[in-house]
Amino acid sequence: MAEIVDASGLSCPQPVLMTLNKIRDLNRGEIEVLVDTDTSKENVSRAAESQGWEVAEVSELDTGYRILIKKA
Amino acid sequence: MGQVKNFLGTRWGIVSVGAFIGLFAPLLQKLGNPGNMGVCVACFERDIAGAIGIHRAAVVQYMRPEIIGFVVGALIAAYAFREFRPRAGSAPIVRFVLGVFAMIGALVFLGCPWRAMLRLSAGDGNAILGLLGLVTGIWIGTFFLKGGYNLGRSNKTYTSVGWLMPLIMLGFLVLLLSFPQIKGEPKSGILFYSMKGPGAMHASIAVSLIIGLAIGFLAQRSRFCTMGAFRDLILFRIPYLFYGVLALIAFAFFTNLIVGQFHPGFAKQPVAHTMHLWNFGGMVLAGLAFCLAGGCPGRQLFLAGEGDGDAAIFALGMIVGAGFAHNFGLASSPKGVGPHGIAAVIIGLLVCSFIGLTMRQKA
Repeated sequence: MAEIVDASGLSCPQPVLMTLNKIRDLNRGEIEVLVDTDTSKENVSRAAESQGWEVAEVSELDTGYRILIKKA
Repeated sequence: MGQVKNFLGTRWGIVSVGAFIGLFAPLLQKLGNPGNMGVCVACFERDIAGAIGIHRAAVVQYMRPEIIGFVVGALIAAYAFREFRPRAGSAPIVRFVLGVFAMIGALVFLGCPWRAMLRLSAGDGNAILGLLGLVTGIWIGTFFLKGGYNLGRSNKTYTSVGWLMPLIMLGFLVLLLSFPQIKGEPKSGILFYSMKGPGAMHASIAVSLIIGLAIGFLAQRSRFCTMGAFRDLILFRIPYLFYGVLALIAFAFFTNLIVGQFHPGFAKQPVAHTMHLWNFGGMVLAGLAFCLAGGCPGRQLFLAGEGDGDAAIFALGMIVGAGFAHNFGLASSPKGVGPHGIAAVIIGLLVCSFIGLTMRQKA
């Protein structure tokens, strides 16, 4: 079950900060990040990849995007 | 369209956007804009404040089409790529106050981060102090961010809310076209114009507007931000935005060299003073305010163009801040800092620290 980081409504750099904090806590596994702008989607994806995590899935929601990142 | 979207979001995309700004800003100067001020978001918003009479500093009054272009260009890009997302409600009063102090800090230095880079690329050594101040201010801001500082969530809202700032800008354009400058007259209809000084220097309306629109379009796509460049590097070691500002400085340097606008030195630089401590201090304040508000003054305009009502409030705060800066003797001039500029920087740093320390969410 993926951990959820709800960064919807928050602007840069909060979504990235929250995602990186969760990455640090978990070290590996699956995280679902909720954001509402394309900028946040790109920044979170870039930050996750910089930490060696894979962006497994990006789906569009009514309110923005759900980004699933994982590391085995 | 998809390919353009992908390209501008890559490392080479942001480099291209920085290069575009670095090329066209000095050319705007060549075509009439003030010295080392081909583009300066703070100065141009200050000129707009003068044009509509929020302050009456006679030398800095002009309805700058570049600013209008930035917002409307970003709006066009946001619609073209389905990224227009009307949102508002994230601490608007705080953003307004940060905008006011960001402008005051920038006017103590005499330029926003964009102009600091353009000044550096034209050989103005005072810009080194300004840029050091900017990075210091952002660095202080990152401590607040690490400590949990947060402006809070915005909410999705009506489309019309996102349209208000672009409409204000289009209204400004209508005013500019309805009341064009009359040679030798300080006023045309309701708009004020400068007869001398930086406000009297400008490229043609069409050129300024087209370049402004192009920059607005490209910067919305690439997320170009002169504050985020340093913040992301300090906070996350992510250099994406930083490549953009490096490209801006490099291309502006070569363009200035080629068109004969490179004049190295500290003294007698255009629209600049040599009080090192306050070139530094002014930009510490501006950098901190931009960092707490989540974007440089340009980025705030691009965000306002894509529907962010809170970024629009910040930009309006900057315009009102320009009124305070000139009405209360806070803004610098080539002679040095204004009579109350130093006090305003200190008060601004205290206010920003208060905001940074108290708006914290515990993890």
